Amino acid sequence: MKRRTFLKGAMASSMLAVAAGAGLLRPTEVLASPYPSSAFKTKGIDETLKTLFGTSAHMASSHISMDVPIQAENAAVVPIKISTKMKADTVAILVPNNPATLAASVDLGPTGEGFFQTRIKMGKTSDVVAVIRSNGKLYTTKQKVKVTVGGCGG
Amino acid sequence: MARPIRIKTRRIGGETELLAMVTHPMDTGRVKNKKTGKLIPAHYIEKFEFAINGKVVASANLGPAVSKNAMVGVKVRGAKAGDTVTVSWNDNKKESGSKSQPIR
Repeated sequence: MKRRTFLKGAMASSMLAVAAGAGLLRPTEVLASPYPSSAFKTKGIDETLKTLFGTSAHMASSHISMDVPIQAENAAVVPIKISTKMKADTVAILVPNNPATLAASVDLGPTGEGFFQTRIKMGKTSDVVAVIRSNGKLYTTKQKVKVTVGGCGG
Repeated sequence: MARPIRIKTRRIGGETELLAMVTHPMDTGRVKNKKTGKLIPAHYIEKFEFAINGKVVASANLGPAVSKNAMVGVKVRGAKAGDTVTVSWNDNKKESGSKSQPIR
């Protein structure tokens, strides 16, 4: 192989690697999920849903199951598991009596199941609301969680 | 030293459960240091992502209300033994980390 051709080929593939690393070459399906900073500053269900999803219209659904204790043993670590058989693209956890209502959310790609598990802090007794976005609509279920000693510390 | 990340994977039928925990203070910014009386600044993970073979399958957004040592679990379809799961995170102070391991 001629040296110049070989070198050109080597340069081309290393530049491809740099471009891919820099995010300039995108795979065909990219999960677009920018961090929703403003949604973490809102108070109350309606304002939070509007900021996160663009609408506060939601429907209670019996097709969402939420595993969360009725009384928090340790309000700094409240385990929560949400699952649904609906085709979900986003799952969110809202705690309206917390200083900021949105605790966490997850955006799911096409292979993601309607499932989200995490542990949250609760400042005082509050409903914990699970929100699922499926086919452009919002579905919710809620459970009141009692807190005797707040888990926000201090 | 990088913040430790622990990843657990479990395959049940066509579903794979991915559970990860990152050692992180998840400070809310509302707690006072008892000795100095000053507020401990907010320091919490914002993005917590799972990728399989380099393709993001779930992208979680966490706020300061997520408990210390952030733990996140998701489930995906279609993953196989030997596929690589990668957990990546970044926080409000521009710290970040990531870890990859094979799905058993």
